[in-house]
Amino acid sequence: MPEALPVTIIGGYLGAGKTTLVNHLLRTANGRKLAVLVNEFGALPIDEDLIEAQGDDLISIAGGCICCSFGSDLSAALMNLAELKVRPDQVVIECSGVAIPSAIAASVSLLDGFVPDGTVVMVDAETIQEAAVDEYIGDTITRQLVDADLTLINKADLVSAAHVTQLETWLRTLAPSARSLVAEHGKAPLDMVLGLGANPRESQQMGHADGLFESIALPCPSSLNGEILARKLTSDPVHIARAKGFFVDELGALKALHIVGRRFDISDAPENAPLGIVCIGLKGQFDGDLIRKTASEAL
Amino acid sequence: MKTTVFSAKKIVTMNPQKPEASHVAIREGRILAVGSLEEIATWGDYELDERFADKVLFPGLVEGHAHTMEGTLWRYVYCGYFDRMDPNGKTWKGNKSIEDVLASLSAAEALLEDPDAPLTGWQLDPIYLDNKPITRAQLDSVSATRPIGVMNASGHILYVNTKALELAGLMKSGVNHPGISLGNDGMPMGELKGPDAMTPVGEHVGLNRSMTDSDERGLRDFARLCVRTGVTTVTDLAARLEPDGVETMLRVTGEPNFPACVVPLRFFLGLPPKELIPEVARLKKLSTDRLSLGRIKVVADGSIQGFSARMRWPGYHNGAPNGLWYISPEQMQEIYELALAEGIQVHTHTNGDQATQLAIEKLELALKKVPSNDHRFVLQHCQLADRAQFKKMAALKMSVNLFANHHFYWGDEHYRLTVGPDRALRMNATRTALDCGVPMTIHSDAPVTPLGPLFTAWCAVNRLTASGRTQGEHEKITVDEALWAVTMGAAHTLHMDGQIGSIEIGKRADFAVLESDPREAEPEKLKDVEVWGTVQGGRVFAAADA
Repeated sequence: MPEALPVTIIGGYLGAGKTTLVNHLLRTANGRKLAVLVNEFGALPIDEDLIEAQGDDLISIAGGCICCSFGSDLSAALMNLAELKVRPDQVVIECSGVAIPSAIAASVSLLDGFVPDGTVVMVDAETIQEAAVDEYIGDTITRQLVDADLTLINKADLVSAAHVTQLETWLRTLAPSARSLVAEHGKAPLDMVLGLGANPRESQQMGHADGLFESIALPCPSSLNGEILARKLTSDPVHIARAKGFFVDELGALKALHIVGRRFDISDAPENAPLGIVCIGLKGQFDGDLIRKTASEAL
Repeated sequence: MKTTVFSAKKIVTMNPQKPEASHVAIREGRILAVGSLEEIATWGDYELDERFADKVLFPGLVEGHAHTMEGTLWRYVYCGYFDRMDPNGKTWKGNKSIEDVLASLSAAEALLEDPDAPLTGWQLDPIYLDNKPITRAQLDSVSATRPIGVMNASGHILYVNTKALELAGLMKSGVNHPGISLGNDGMPMGELKGPDAMTPVGEHVGLNRSMTDSDERGLRDFARLCVRTGVTTVTDLAARLEPDGVETMLRVTGEPNFPACVVPLRFFLGLPPKELIPEVARLKKLSTDRLSLGRIKVVADGSIQGFSARMRWPGYHNGAPNGLWYISPEQMQEIYELALAEGIQVHTHTNGDQATQLAIEKLELALKKVPSNDHRFVLQHCQLADRAQFKKMAALKMSVNLFANHHFYWGDEHYRLTVGPDRALRMNATRTALDCGVPMTIHSDAPVTPLGPLFTAWCAVNRLTASGRTQGEHEKITVDEALWAVTMGAAHTLHMDGQIGSIEIGKRADFAVLESDPREAEPEKLKDVEVWGTVQGGRVFAAADA
């Protein structure tokens, strides 16, 4: 059986920039075959120049990506996806504006062949704090934030730097398990949003063309206690958006480490996976020396 | 042009100008005249049909909120608590214990020849069975080798056996999902809550992915239930209306002996609002005499007993967190504005009072931008609305379809658990709606509760709960008001009051053929008025032949 497909969930209220982000990811997929599921009333808001062909249920996108919509039944849409001839590398679910991401993640986890791989919640810097106390949708928005592994602050250019700082402090309370990142015009690096792909070192070496983020690769000696390392890498003051890599544990087994925001997961690695752990974060927040130093304490 | 005149013991018209008559003339499927034979004879030659000489002709009953999928469900094993009539007219005994449910399933299982064929049940309601879900182990006692799935009465929970979980790959430890409860052994107990938990298993227990659409046979079977309950016009309140489904509905309802007019509403998901409204306008043009298209169903929130309805302060009585939105306020308003501009009617499902409030506020805003004097927007269920909300609805010319049957089946639960005593009294406030001047009908939401407008009328008149308590004395309505609600009231909510709902010149010749006059029934006996059958578009359908 092939390895389970990683599924990244993109949530956030209406107008936060989810669609812009999805289009940006498709534009910068760089060889990764993404399958995007959208649930905004079945609209397929994919930029026209990206579309290669449009069928009844599915849009083919340049670079081997596809996009389809789902109505009220996400599981059925994912099961349909699993039946496609060409297997995607990764699934991206763009939630509806009122969806609760943890409910979506739980549903994904039920299906054989899929594994949730991070919840990214888009935040409209201008409106979110007002929306979070709205009588009708306030609790929906706070529930979305609680579920976030990463919050992407969008439209930061429309507010002052002081406002962004204040917003980041606010998010530490409202989204306690998330790392928050600032996205420029709805754009955030693919590796950050979706993770590092099957071969993290290769992804890293493909470069960071947009210059928005930095990364380092940690060497991994054999016989590593992955849990101790993971706890250090997900605790302050280290600020890692995502990390992925492979190591040999104390029993000599090859393991994979995934980090999204403050959450980590250790699982069996595929055979012959290359040793080493790649950590990425946003320029300005990311301190490679600190990460190396912190990691060395655990190694 | 052939004219048929039916004589009857009595014709009750629901037309205040001539409340009763002895004869009705039909030409081209429509009512030509109502009155005495002498009055009718002024129209010329006719053929007198006296078969209803000892019957009461009543306007064909109109069910304003049902789902035709009930027809399909009857092919599965009935596991409900209450006695219920199937399309053949057979009444299935209610299952009064888990043992009864297992016995019903075992009896059906014994008839299956294919050892791998799934066994499917429906309408199980554990609320009446000590409030315990049926477990995987219990279902295994029916069969350990074939997959078994039993649907909850709400349609939102599925109970399955071990084999079904195995086929879906869920018979394992480590399943982490709020909709799936685990036993002491760490394995799923067999209860699957919500569509996302149900879908991976559903196809293994005989439930396909688009089960809300009834198939051809299901549609015909549902129409037979209509004949048995005196219904001549019935809604299908959340249809996907994809091209195949529309073609099927047009074809089946167009069959010479199809006995009802079906009114499917296009479910709002699947298209963005800017495409949804033109699509529904296109569908509207495909309408026939027996398939009336061109309306939209929006769902604002979930259900009260599922704790997914959106509640205003102080929220749920048991402290459960507030429910879920199924549409954002912005999108609701966008649909309203576009639909108003196109003259498309929108029905909005609101269960909790906060959802009702949002729909009212959004329609008010939309009407300021796109004024409309007769939009006929309807709130469906609207179970918790208070007087202030009904007054506002009247001011905005909204209509309402209240869930009278729900009060009987789950009123005790609402009193005890979900909303508490105060609000349980005002649920489905039919009296308040009428007093505030809101055009009102009442519904069954079949298959959630059984189709049968006379039973629904009985529920609104008596406001009894299943345990026999009268809940909300002050919200009772009279027999006449309830009968108006299931005829003219429902016709109004569908904007079909010019065509159906009363026995009146020019309207479709749709009658419920009854054994007695329901207006004269004792209020507590209203549900027991016998239905002989229907006349639909001038065609006679006897329940005995359906």
